[in-house]
Amino acid sequence: MNTIKHDVVVIGGGPAGLAAAISARKNGCKDVLLIERDKRLGGILNQCIHDGFGLHTFKEALTGPEYAQRFIDEFSELGIESMLNTIVLSADGKRNLYASSRKNLTRIEAGSVILSMGCRERTAGAISLPGTRPAGIYTAGAAQNFINLQNIMVGKKVVILGSGDIGLIMARRMTLEGAKVEGVFEILPYPSGLARNIQQCLNDYDIPLSLSTSVIEIHGKERVTGVTVAQIDANYRPVSGTERLVPCDSILLSVGLIPENELTRGAGINMEGRTSGAAVDDTFMTSVPGIFSCGNVLHVHDLVDHVSSEASQVGEYAVRYLEGEIKSPDAYIKIEPRQGVRYVLPQKISGIRDFTLSLRVTEPMRDRAVWVRDGERKVARKKMARLHPAEMIRIKIKKEKLNDAKVLEVAVE
Amino acid sequence: MKKQYDVLIIGAGVVGNAIARELSRYKINAAVVEKDLDVSTGTSSRNSGVIHSGIHYKPGTLRARLNVRGNALMTDLCRDLKVKIQYIGKLTVAQDDIDVETLHSLKQQGEANGVPGLEILDKDQMQKIQPGVGGIRALHSPTTGIICPYGLTIALAENAQANGVDFYLGNEVNNIVSNGQGFTVKTSAGESLSASVVVNAAGLYSDHIARMVGISDYSIYPCRGEYLILDKRLEGSLNVLVYPAPRKGGAGLGIHLTNTVDGNILIGPSNEYVNEADDYACTAQIIDTLKKEGHELLPGLSTSDFIRNFSGLRPKQTPPEIKGFKDFVIESRDDVPGFINLVGIESPGLTCSPAIGLMVRDMVAEKIPLEEKPSFISERPGIVGFFNELRPEEQADLVAKDPDYGEIVCRCEQVTKKEVLDAIQNPLGAKTIGAIKYRSRAMMGRCQGGFCLPRIVQILQKDFGYRPEDYLLSNAGSQLFTGRVR
Ligand SMILES: Cc1cc2nc3c(=O)[nH]c(=O)nc-3n(C[C@H](O)[C@H](O)[C@H](O)COP(=O)(O)OP(=O)(O)OC[C@H]3O[C@@H](n4cnc5c(N)ncnc54)[C@H](O)[C@@H]3O)c2cc1C
Repeated sequence: MNTIKHDVVVIGGGPAGLAAAISARKNGCKDVLLIERDKRLGGILNQCIHDGFGLHTFKEALTGPEYAQRFIDEFSELGIESMLNTIVLSADGKRNLYASSRKNLTRIEAGSVILSMGCRERTAGAISLPGTRPAGIYTAGAAQNFINLQNIMVGKKVVILGSGDIGLIMARRMTLEGAKVEGVFEILPYPSGLARNIQQCLNDYDIPLSLSTSVIEIHGKERVTGVTVAQIDANYRPVSGTERLVPCDSILLSVGLIPENELTRGAGINMEGRTSGAAVDDTFMTSVPGIFSCGNVLHVHDLVDHVSSEASQVGEYAVRYLEGEIKSPDAYIKIEPRQGVRYVLPQKISGIRDFTLSLRVTEPMRDRAVWVRDGERKVARKKMARLHPAEMIRIKIKKEKLNDAKVLEVAVE
Repeated sequence: MKKQYDVLIIGAGVVGNAIARELSRYKINAAVVEKDLDVSTGTSSRNSGVIHSGIHYKPGTLRARLNVRGNALMTDLCRDLKVKIQYIGKLTVAQDDIDVETLHSLKQQGEANGVPGLEILDKDQMQKIQPGVGGIRALHSPTTGIICPYGLTIALAENAQANGVDFYLGNEVNNIVSNGQGFTVKTSAGESLSASVVVNAAGLYSDHIARMVGISDYSIYPCRGEYLILDKRLEGSLNVLVYPAPRKGGAGLGIHLTNTVDGNILIGPSNEYVNEADDYACTAQIIDTLKKEGHELLPGLSTSDFIRNFSGLRPKQTPPEIKGFKDFVIESRDDVPGFINLVGIESPGLTCSPAIGLMVRDMVAEKIPLEEKPSFISERPGIVGFFNELRPEEQADLVAKDPDYGEIVCRCEQVTKKEVLDAIQNPLGAKTIGAIKYRSRAMMGRCQGGFCLPRIVQILQKDFGYRPEDYLLSNAGSQLFTGRVR
């Protein structure tokens, strides 16, 4: 088998991988390799032809491919090496990777590894939807691929289950292509997509959004003929008497994203249940020294801008690791989510450098503050008028604020 | 194709195909007629995939005899057909003294049926085989195995076809005329096929087919079993199959965990009579029950481990009021000579299938002289299992020979483009997305085709000229798409 060696190896050429590779190069590493299984760089952005990308990074509203292109251009200008049409099949805890392409199977020995494989969509099976499994059931992202990249229509009369952002975007897209979107049904009492997408994709097109409502059965033998929807109570049980049949020929699912961590688990890396990603420290290093993680494979982001900035930091840390500057400290400071906080990231920090805390709240709230505390002592506080699980909250924390804390607790109060 | 046959087999499930493959050894003309667009779309792809040992059936019944014989025949058959099979064994577990008695009578019954190697184990011996297993005693049956049920069915069909059997897929039999010498069978696709012997292996519809020749005393009552499929992450949680000792009043073998040869675990099956022979819907209530059982049986199971649910229908001969089991009916009746009926082939029909093949061969031989043909090839080409199960060096060799092996199309199951192309160009000519799925395992993983279906659609379009309306999930009417984007 063909064996090669590289200093920094980035797995995945979406926005996270691109930004990480660029940053690694700019931070002085001359031997960066990016591996991408698709035939082009850009990842999922390639099929996101709507605009709204890059408001933070470039102060412009770009489409997905445009946003990706800016990074791809920089990547090429820097002369970074990439292997396209190549899939990493497995990784081990010693930073050996096995990759497969039409040319050959390759073993890659990496100095440091950046995991940036992105995420996948939750499916009808994953949420165990009752009823039949006829043709016409798609995840929103797969439907987006068919429509935007292959020019194929997946349905004419559509029900959208779940109010994740891709579902909202697809509600608008299907409408623009002449389909009738019968409604978006969300099991939670609040939407899971961004407020701006509710406005621009549903309200502007008179597409009804039903909250605390879900599809409780799929009908149809060969092709979907309809769904039964019902109101859902606080225990996630259908409220009897509220069932109604919605005739449709297709169902698009936007019921959540799952970080794609099979390689991560295979390498024996410790996982974090709340994010379904790797557990990482303030350098985004996982439990295996020299393996880092960023982007949606680490935790699902709502804005690509945050992915890019997170990945840029990781690119730098991966290089610092090679230079011997990043070592596991004797003791980490733990960061733990409390009241009102679904997850925090990183889960532990060294305390020797500034870092950005990323977190999501458990439910929509108004006029609260996110507190970061070391026992009784305030470490940081961020006041917010509107807090929503759909919107990731980031708080910068200076190392001087840490004193000799052992545990930081993060809560909404 | 010929249209004039010695033997016509109705139904391309594991039973029909086992018979076809057995008959393909002889110098006769045989064909299989199937209503769906692929083989193995009925009960044969919707079951637990267990090769039973034969302890559960009364000595002297067809089920007992065919089970033990089928189990024994499976080893050579699977070697020849390159089908994965694993004799992992089974523990039937007793919780109390009454259960222990049950184990002893099962052991006795099994031995009377000729099941080899049965042993009653104490707690320590049980722990050695399956650490952590509960219960006070267990009956160990080492010849219990697991197999991919559609893998076997497809392999039987392909081998039968390679040996000269014709396949009429998408041909629902809707009329059979008997003319004294034989039968003329008419199908929904307009075929008119005649044969001196007809084998009714139509599974859930065997009563319906029998009625076409005036036999009205068979009745099939579909009884649904629902399952959940678990993520391969949990592969290795079970070394053997573990079933509770059967108790009075219990139907079927109870909800349990079953390993599959491909590394997933199944939870199920449930047991409810339904009205339609194609009602494969899954229900909220059973899904909840299965999940609860799953969490009890498998600590460490998380909600994200459920990747899909499905159901199968048992072709029961007893109505809901009576429940229970009736023995298989495999007979050629004096009132309609030359018409062989296989009715009520529920569990362990998969296990029995090779033995059923031999039994029906003997029945055919009473009507038509069977002379072996020297050209018969018992082996199927290809490799056992899948690319992703090979060692890296073997994979590297294959990639060097054929670059299509280097291109992974389905990331979850790591299915290569070569395997997808082979599935698309399957010898039986099945053209559906389901046909690709059941042959290659693409779309069977945790993302359920979210990633690879768009790629497979692209391959079909680019290399095989598919138009949007050509993509069928399974049967007529199961169009994937509604047309082009305007
Ligand atoms: C829930 C469940 C679990 C089981 N578990 C096991 C197990 O673990 N081990 C085991 O050994 N067995 C098991 N079985 C039993 C086993 O699956 C069956 O015995 C076996 O698959 C029956 O095969 P078949 O060919 O008779 O039926 P099928 O696979 O149903 O084949 C019949 C075929 O006939 C076709 N057909 C029907 N009508 C027509 C028509 N008019 N014209 C043309 N074609 C027609 C159908 O489309 C179908 O393809 C299980 C069964 C169930 C339901």
